[in-house]
Parts: sequence; structure tokens; C-alpha cells
Amino acid sequence: MTASLVAMAVVLTGAGCGGDEGGEGTRELTWFVPFQPGGALTTLSERCSQESNGRYTIALELLPTDASQQREQLVRRLGAEDDSIDLIGMDVIWTGEFANAGWIAPVPGDVESQVTENVFESVLETARFEGELYAIPVWSNTQLLWYRKDRVDEPPQTWDEMIDRAEELGPSEGRIQVQGNRYEGLVVWTNWMIESAGTSILAGPEELELEQEPTERALSIMGRLSRSPVAATNISTSTEDSARLGFEDGSSAFMINYPFVYPSAESNAPDVFEQMGAAKLPQVVKGEESAPPIGGINLGVSAFSDNQERAFEAAECLVQAENQIEVAELEGLPPVRSDLFDEPEIEEIYPGFASLIRESISDAAPRPSQSPAYQDVSLAIQRSVHPTDEIDPQDPTPTYEELRDKLEQAVAREGLL
Amino acid sequence: MTDRTRAERRLGLLLCAPAVLAMLLVTAYPIVYAVVLSLQDLDLRFPDEGGFVGLDNYVTVLTSGLWWQSVFNTAFIAIVSVSIELVLGMAIALVMHRAIFGRGLVRTSVLIPYGIVTVVAAFAWFYAFDPNTGFVNSLPLIADDKAWFGERFSSFAVIIMAEVWKTTPFMALLLLAGLATIDEGLYEAAKVDGASAVQRFFRITLPLLKPALLVALLFRTLDAFRVFDSIFVMTRGALDTESISILGYNQLISRLNLGLGSAVSVLIFLLVLAIASVFVKGFGTTVPQGPGGSGKK
Repeated sequence: MTASLVAMAVVLTGAGCGGDEGGEGTRELTWFVPFQPGGALTTLSERCSQESNGRYTIALELLPTDASQQREQLVRRLGAEDDSIDLIGMDVIWTGEFANAGWIAPVPGDVESQVTENVFESVLETARFEGELYAIPVWSNTQLLWYRKDRVDEPPQTWDEMIDRAEELGPSEGRIQVQGNRYEGLVVWTNWMIESAGTSILAGPEELELEQEPTERALSIMGRLSRSPVAATNISTSTEDSARLGFEDGSSAFMINYPFVYPSAESNAPDVFEQMGAAKLPQVVKGEESAPPIGGINLGVSAFSDNQERAFEAAECLVQAENQIEVAELEGLPPVRSDLFDEPEIEEIYPGFASLIRESISDAAPRPSQSPAYQDVSLAIQRSVHPTDEIDPQDPTPTYEELRDKLEQAVAREGLL
Repeated sequence: MTDRTRAERRLGLLLCAPAVLAMLLVTAYPIVYAVVLSLQDLDLRFPDEGGFVGLDNYVTVLTSGLWWQSVFNTAFIAIVSVSIELVLGMAIALVMHRAIFGRGLVRTSVLIPYGIVTVVAAFAWFYAFDPNTGFVNSLPLIADDKAWFGERFSSFAVIIMAEVWKTTPFMALLLLAGLATIDEGLYEAAKVDGASAVQRFFRITLPLLKPALLVALLFRTLDAFRVFDSIFVMTRGALDTESISILGYNQLISRLNLGLGSAVSVLIFLLVLAIASVFVKGFGTTVPQGPGGSGKK
């Protein structure tokens, strides 16, 4: 603990003047990061290692693809003050927890000005804790409404329009795919529904907002969809991937999902792909723009690392414009800088919907990860909302009350969850 | 006691000592440490907070509906799966005992499921029943789009099937060992007296198998009470399928709330201890003393 405080003090005060590691020699930086199938991680770390002029080489430690398992592997090490981690590819929802626990070092001022230029405000919000920047955004992600152009003339504006249209089409070709399993994806859905209805889950790190009327409006729509014949039969276990499969098999007219589904359909279901259109997520309240979810990865520097200065240098390199575009090309993950959406490469990667992704990220509302006990908050939401077909669309008040009780328990960190 | 037996006894204790020490080190220490942790308000995410809180964590756990729900779920899975295993295991043991040819082959192949890592077995069952990847829904008489893990009862059914599939061989093997100790002469005598096969099973096999039965039941019940892997892989505890181990995992590994999580672990330990003592005390007195014992209650 003392060692980590000293290390943090060095970063806080000594940035720019060399600190304890100004000496010569190459250091190996270990980057713990969620596995990406396209190979961008190797390309980026090799490129930055070369550009560092012998300051560092980056070694990859790949984390599983499941978000909760990624976190579990990391927090066990960080909780034990493991010094073998230098750089962390952090899910956007971990910042509050990691920063509060003293596991990651705040970003030094001179680095901050470099890495925040043109970055979406919504993205930066996920990297801050109590007003201070703790992580460096590297790539983003958001959800869109995917629909079948041959079954729907105009993408629906609101949820009610969408469910009405789907019910006209019937369960054989009108299904709506969402993420309803009891996992983080359900928190993503619940949060953007509540945000789009005009309220927020938390008002501050330990304070609930959750206004009753808009929250119930959001829950009621979730219940209506889940009880409708056009909901996926496996809605209570549905994930991003099961939604993708359900759309690719041709039975669905609508899907709420990340952009990875587009290249996937191209290779798995060319017939569906030809008819695939993208639109902004439907509105919860007619006339009020939806607030899409935000995902992606921010780079954190471990507070227990002996190479913090070099780790921040590496992070600066990894988030360079060309590297962000490379990630978009290889992995389909959108950049965190709004100006990069003007580049022709991005339009090529997201043909016809690049500006839609830009708008969605820009309008996005982060999950309530300002809470240092976000894990508790997430478990509380999952427990009270799942299964979504138990929410009565006519009377969502019991679900609202359960959600409120569980969330109060979560921010106070009391009881079992 | 003669000098000789005393010396032998001392030697015996000395020879046991290393094993006892190792056991204390690897089992007693973690148990004591868990008890110590369970008396504290300790959350790794909030390293500066906390302290000694006495029995608060236990009060929190024992007054939580979630805990009792998981105890019920766990007991349900344990009772149903062990009952099915007992019947199937007994049948397989009888077949293996009487197998005339290919004995080695039969015994080996029956054991295969037990040799498979539980997580792997759980995934195999999960994918078999998953509506997207599984073959189960394409079988006759089953709806094509049945979401097995979409409701509580069918989730339990698959979890229990996976448990039964995996551990029946263990039950069968223990019972087979018991069958091997029964004197064949008893059956012949009974046959001469005109006892039917059913009578021989209930009057000879079952009473003489009691010691082996109790050991098998005890081992399997304790094992079933710690069910984790199958649930974790298939539902992660959703739809009210949570076992007490999953509950403990959520507090310890996911929330990093070591105090609350340790309290759950200690309570699981006490429950397991209680089950073991009920088995040993409750049934132990009726255990016949080896083959040829009376077996009467």
C-alpha cells in the first residue's frame, strides 16, 4: 500500500521530469486487454513498441470475451496489488470502481490534454471519476436499431410503433431481438431505456435518481415487448450473440445490437444482409431522442505498476488517430474521436451508417458507473428486471419498487445481491 | 494395555502426524481464516473502510430472502438428483456385477462421464439444449423453439440431468464394491428355500448393501449440496436457480465483499457438517457390522 501511494505521488508530481524510471533500457509493459478476434491488438502493440525507440515493448495478456469474467480476472489481481499489470484495457463501466479503490493512477495533466482532444464528451464521461480523468479512451461502441428493409418501409421512430409493426408481421418474420439474459447486457438495455424516458438511475455516486413516472414508462415497454408474441422465444436468455443468430435466421424484422452484426450477416446470411438497414434506436417517449448505450475500452495504468510513466507513453501511442482507424478496420470498433468520422476509411467500414454511429455515440448515456460499487448496482438491476416478461406493462409499479429497493441496497452496499 | 501395544500406538500416532499436519495446514487454516473474515466488514473495493463487526454479516445473510431461496434450490437439486442417481446407480451396479463378458470394458465405459471435468460436461449439456446450437429441440415430441433455460422448471431439469449423468457412475461404482462383499452362498440358500428374485433383492442385497449405500449417499449428498459448475454455466443463477455456492461466489468473487462472502461460505460449511452428522448419527447405529450382520433396525 505504501509503495503504491509513493508510486501515485510520483506520477502526480513527477510527470514530465522523469520520475523514478527515467533511466535507459527497454521495459516490458504488460497490457491486460479483452481478446479481439481481428488481430488489431497485436498490430497496435507491435507498432507502438517499435515507435517507442527502445523505451518499452508491449506484451499482451488476453482476457476472456465475457465482460464479467474480464473484470473478475482483473479485480482479483488488483485487489491483491499485483504489480505484473501495467496497462489495462478497461470496460467503460469499471472506471469508478477501479479509481475509487486506488487500483489505477490518474492521468497526468500533460497526457490528458493530448488524449482528450476531439473525444466525444459521452466517452470522456466514462473515463472520469469525481471530475478527474483516470483512463484514456481508445475505442468506443454503441448500439443501433437494425431492421429489414424488405419488411419495413421506414424505420420506426418509437418503441410502440416498432412493436405494432412487428406484431402486424407476426412471429414468423417480425421478431424483435434484444438482450434480456440476466447479465450486463440487460443492464445496458435497462439503462438506455430509462435514460431515454427522461431520468437516470443514479444522481451521484451514492445517490439514486430514478424518477418513478419515466422509469415505469421504460419498464412498461420492456414488459410489453417481452410478453408480445414477437419477442424472441429465448428472450430471458438472449445475448448479443443469440440476437445476432435470431436475426440471421430470417425470422426477425428488428434487432437492437452493436455494429459487429453487420459484417457477421455479410458472411453468414447474405440474403438477410442485403435487406439490412440501420437506424437510431427507437424513442421511449415520442419526440424525445433516444439515449443509446455506450461501450468500448478505456486504457488505465495500474497503480501498482513500476513503469507508470512508460505505460502512459504507450497509452498515448495506442490511441493515436491511425491506430483508432486500424481498430475500426480490423475489429469494426468505432473510434472515440468525433473528427475521425470524417475520414473516408470510417465511411467505408460502416457504409451508409457512419454518421449514425457518430450521432449515437455523441447522444449516448453511460451506465451508472460513477458508482464505485457499480458491480452491486449492476447486480441489483439484473436481479430486479430479469426476467423481463414478468414486468406487467399495465402495472410496472411492483418492478419499479423492487428496482428502487435493490438499488438503494446496492449504493449502500448492504445485504446479499 | 501392554507396553507393546502402547509403543505401537505411539508409532502409529507418529506416522499419522505428517498427514495430520498437512491437513491442518491446507484445510483448518483456510477454514479459520474464513471465519475470521466473516466477522469483518471487508470489501476489497473499499480498502480504507471496514473493521470488526461481530456477527453482523451472519445476521444479514440469515435474514435475507435470497439466502433461504438458494438453500431451498440447493436442497431441491440435491434431493432430486441423488434420488435418481441412487436408482440408476443401483441398476447399473447390478448389471455390472452380473456381467459375464466384457466386464472391464463395461466398467470403464460406465465411468467415462465421471472422468469428464464438470465444467466441460456442463457446457456439453448447455449446448445440447441451447435453442440455437442444440440438437435436443430437433428431437421428436419436443417443440422446435423451446427455450430450456428460459424458465425455472426446465432449467432445473437440465441442471439435474447433467448432474445425474455425470455422477451416477460414482454411485454405481461404490454400490458395485458393496455388492462384491455379499456372500454368494446366501443367494443360493435363498434360492433353495424358494425366494424369488425380488425377495432376494429386498431381503438379502439391500440389507447387506447398507454400509456401501450410506457411504455413497453421504458422499453424493455432500457433493450435490455444493453444486456450482452446472448452474454457473447454464443459467448463472437466473430465474431462481441459484445455489448457495453461486450466492457465495457472487458476494466473494464478483462483489469482492469478503466479509459477507465468507459468512456465506462458513454457513455452507456448517450446513454440510450438519448433513454429514445427520447421516452418520441418524443412520450410523443401524449399519450392520460387515457382511453377515443382522441388518435389522
